[in-house]
Formats: sequence, C-alpha cells, structure tokens
Amino acid sequence: MDMIADLHLKDFVERRALENLQLERLRETLHRVYQNVPFYRQSFDRAGVKPSDLKSLRDLSKFPFTNKADLRDAYPFGLISTPMRDIVRIHASSGTTGKPTVVCYTRNDLEVWSETVSRVLMMGKVSVDDIVLISYGYGLFTGGLGAHGGAERLGCAVIPMGGGATEKQLMLIKDFNVTGICCTPSFFIHIMEEAEKIGFDLKKTKLRVGFFGAEPWSEEMRSRIETGSGVRAHDIFGLSEIIGPGVSSDCEARCGLHVFEDHFLPEIIDPSSGEVKAPGEEGELVFTTISKTGMPLIRYRTRDLSRLNYDRCDCGRSMVRMDRVRRRSDDMLIIRGVNLYPSQIESVLLSIKGTEPHYQLVVSREKALDDLEVRVEVSPLVFSDEVRVLEALRAEISSKIKQLIGLSAKITLVEPGTIERSIGKAKRVLDLRKLN
Amino acid sequence: MKVRQLSVFLENKVGRLAKVTHLLGEANVNIRALSVADTHDFGILRLIVDDVEAAEKCLREGKIVCRINNVTVVAVDNRPGGLAKVLGDLNAANINIEYMYAIAEPKSERPLIVFRFSEGERAVAALQNGGVEIISEKELFG
Repeated sequence: MDMIADLHLKDFVERRALENLQLERLRETLHRVYQNVPFYRQSFDRAGVKPSDLKSLRDLSKFPFTNKADLRDAYPFGLISTPMRDIVRIHASSGTTGKPTVVCYTRNDLEVWSETVSRVLMMGKVSVDDIVLISYGYGLFTGGLGAHGGAERLGCAVIPMGGGATEKQLMLIKDFNVTGICCTPSFFIHIMEEAEKIGFDLKKTKLRVGFFGAEPWSEEMRSRIETGSGVRAHDIFGLSEIIGPGVSSDCEARCGLHVFEDHFLPEIIDPSSGEVKAPGEEGELVFTTISKTGMPLIRYRTRDLSRLNYDRCDCGRSMVRMDRVRRRSDDMLIIRGVNLYPSQIESVLLSIKGTEPHYQLVVSREKALDDLEVRVEVSPLVFSDEVRVLEALRAEISSKIKQLIGLSAKITLVEPGTIERSIGKAKRVLDLRKLN
Repeated sequence: MKVRQLSVFLENKVGRLAKVTHLLGEANVNIRALSVADTHDFGILRLIVDDVEAAEKCLREGKIVCRINNVTVVAVDNRPGGLAKVLGDLNAANINIEYMYAIAEPKSERPLIVFRFSEGERAVAALQNGGVEIISEKELFG
C-alpha cells in the first residue's frame, strides 16, 4: 500500500507520465476482460476490435460501450473478470425497477477505492487529526462503506454512524468533537433543520468540512449549507458501477471535480450518436475503469451529463476536471414537448427567499395533455396567517418556472416532512404517466 | 391592546385538523376561538388559545408549521347595527380588513370579534376614536 503522502502526490502527476500510465493500465484491462468475461469477448468481436488494436488512448473510442442494461443482464456475477474466490466484497445498487445492479470488489479494488476516497478527503484538508462521521447508509449501498474505507485509510478517527437518527447525529457531532462529515446533501440539510428546531448551533461545534454526494445538488444548496452551518461543503461524485463514491471530487478552487483518471478514464460522448466529443463540450459522461480487477467496466455509460476540462487547475492538480453533474440524460422529463430537469426547479425554489429545497415533481396525463405539479414544502419562514401571502408565493414560484422553463405548473404547498427525506437518494420525480 | 393568535398551515388532507386539535388537547391548551381559511389545496387555521406559547411549542414538536401574530379583538354592542358601527368607523378611516371572525363566549355580554388588519396601529386608533372597546389579552383570559 502506498504511503498517504504519496497518495496526495498522485493528483499532481505530470500529464505525459499520467497518459503513459493510463495507456498501460487500459491495455492490461482490455486484455483482462477479453480473456475472462464472455460478455466482453462477444461484444468486442461483434464490433470487430481486439485489445491489441489499442495503440493510443484515442483508440479507446473504437471499443463498444457498456450499458446499465448489460449489468442487469449479467446479474449477478456475469461481468466479473476474476475467479469468485478473489472477490472480497459485494455491493448492490438499489434497483428501483427489477433487479439490483451488482458490483464485486477484489482486495485490490478496495485499495483503489480507499485510495481515491482518501484523495477526496485530502482535498478538504482532512488528515490523521480529524474525526469523521460517516452518515451515508451502510449496507449494500456503496456510500457508507466507501466513505468509511477512505477515511480509515487516511488515519482519521471514523464513526460508522449511518443515516437516520438525526438527534443522535447532532449529539455525536458535539460530544465526539466531529470535524468532518460524509452524507447526502439533502440529509445534511435535514440535520441543519433539526439542529435549528432544537436550538443546536452547528457553528459552535468543531464540524468544519463535509463531503456531500450520491445525488445531484447545486451551487445554491452549497451556499445554503455553508452559510447555515459554517461547514465547508465539497462535492464528491461517484457511482457504484465504477467504484462508489470517490470517482471525482472538487478541490479548494471549486471549478469542477477532479476525476481520479489514473483509475477511471473519462470520456464525453454525444448521447445519441455515441461519438466522442471535444474537451469542453457537454455530453454524456462515460468511464472506463483501468485499475480494477474484480469487475472492470469498459466505456460505461453513466447517463450523467457533464464536460471535461484539461486545463491546469488553480490548485495545481493535473487530474482532469468534470463539471459537477446536475442533470442526468435519463432524469430529463419531457413535458408537453419541453425538456425539464428537476435541478432547474430546485434553482427556482432556492432563488425565492425562505423556500426550502424540498420539492417533488408529479407528472400526470389527463386525456392527451401532460400536467406538471410541483409540490413544495412550506417552511415556518414563509408561512403566513394570510391566504393572499401564500397565494402570492405560489404565483411567484409558478411565474418563475414559466419564465425560465416555459411550462405552466400547478404549485401545491405541502406540510414539511411530507416529501420523503433520503439517506440514499431523494425521489424528486413521480411520473404517473407510465401507468396510463 | 394586541391579542396573540396562532396560525397553522394545514394541507387539505383527511385528518389534519383532527391531528392539530389532538396535539393541543394533549398539551392541555384550551381553544377559545377559531376560524379556517380554505383554498383548493391548503388551509390556514387561526386560533385564539389560552396558552399560546404552549400551543406553539406542542405543534412545532409535532412538525406542524405555525406562527404567532397579533390581532385586534373588539367588543361590539349586542344590538342590531352593533357590528355595522365598528365597520363603519374602519371604512371611514379607509382601513382594510384582512379577515375577521367571532369569538364564541357565552359568558360575555357583548360579542367579541377578532380582526386582522394590514395596518394594525392605524386601525386601533380609528376604533378608539369611535369609542369602540378594544379587548386586551389579559381581559380576554383574566
């Protein structure tokens, strides 16, 4: 295992050396899957490519994609490229439809994982002196154990709290002198709300840094977290198929998330044609794992929309930056022909003083027409004894949505807590149209 | 001269009003007057209670959105034209009423009316000029 100081240096490696390493690892990975995974042998053969066709990194574009459906078809262990006895950990994503997506890790993969997560934590200046509360769910979900492994590798004092039990979280933050926290941004906002309710001042605790991920969130949410709690908020990105949390993260410069591209090779493609896009262009994010041995994935389509920026970051790290993911190509709703991403509604709500970022979109279809309903929780701050004040709030939200997105939406004010808070991921959209 | 009123946000769903009144009952809070403003999908319950702090505390704990604000309570003469006289004074002073409701007070000789004005100070002055009796919180619960 590398020394911690060496891990930090990996973020600053010179570009040419990095590309040589990537090419070597990629070549090894392509050979590995072609040899050991029937799915990849067939899919490469069908596309008429062989691992030996890879002469440079650019040649990766000749290889076929892997889709989420391929993982489901291979359920549970069809994509592992190693004997089962080398697998030491199995995680599975919460499949909302049908079977879960399974990911298998070798000892090597767990080391890669804890390495990238500890590199994330180091971007937030976390060190062996920190006490870190892990409030992601443990279990099959990769959040808890993933964050845990990284913090432990770094030598922090790690508290395996898991999600829920908000008051207890606050108690531990105070009594254990917690300095860092890892959880979903919506759960942290929930913790902040609970703290306010019981008169607990987070700013008076030692908590100074948080690593929030597992769901898309916005700059507005970041500033709400930072001003409301005094906690510096970092965006940690990941997906279980690639490894879990720790695929990329933002540094102190906050101009995109550094991808740990010595392990996960990113590409941006046009989601409809599959063509690789130039740096700086928006498209679908695709990852190839180049150091994993349990279940490497070649050109895995994430459905997340982003951009890549290869310019040297102000922080000095050489790792390519991706734009923070706010939209997924399959999160996009088409309502009366208008494209809508839930994050757009979130921005509208956060721009109105006093409204909470707790919302849910309900799409239904009466006869031929789609209807969009936006359910918004009423906070004590915006509540009034006068009907006209609440009606004005509704009208304001509605007109901003109309202005920005061009859709008429019905705004429904609901009681706080009505919209489910997530430990894993927030359920922002209820599409009732599929039932018709 | 102000009386504190507790307003409660209610989603238009079965059992919401029952939940609020249950919580108040548990906290030993007595309701003296109430009115509900309802729209298509939400309602605002307005309450005059004997212990407004206890009421607010128990509802907040029950995760119900509520807030305290000031209203004006006046006594009107128990005769035809009694309320019209009060409203006439307000109208003459060009004061807008946001909403109003009556307090059911069997022991009181004169009916009590709760008013919410957008310009509370000016309304109270106009009423006092017209000789209308304004009831304080102490008198109401004393």
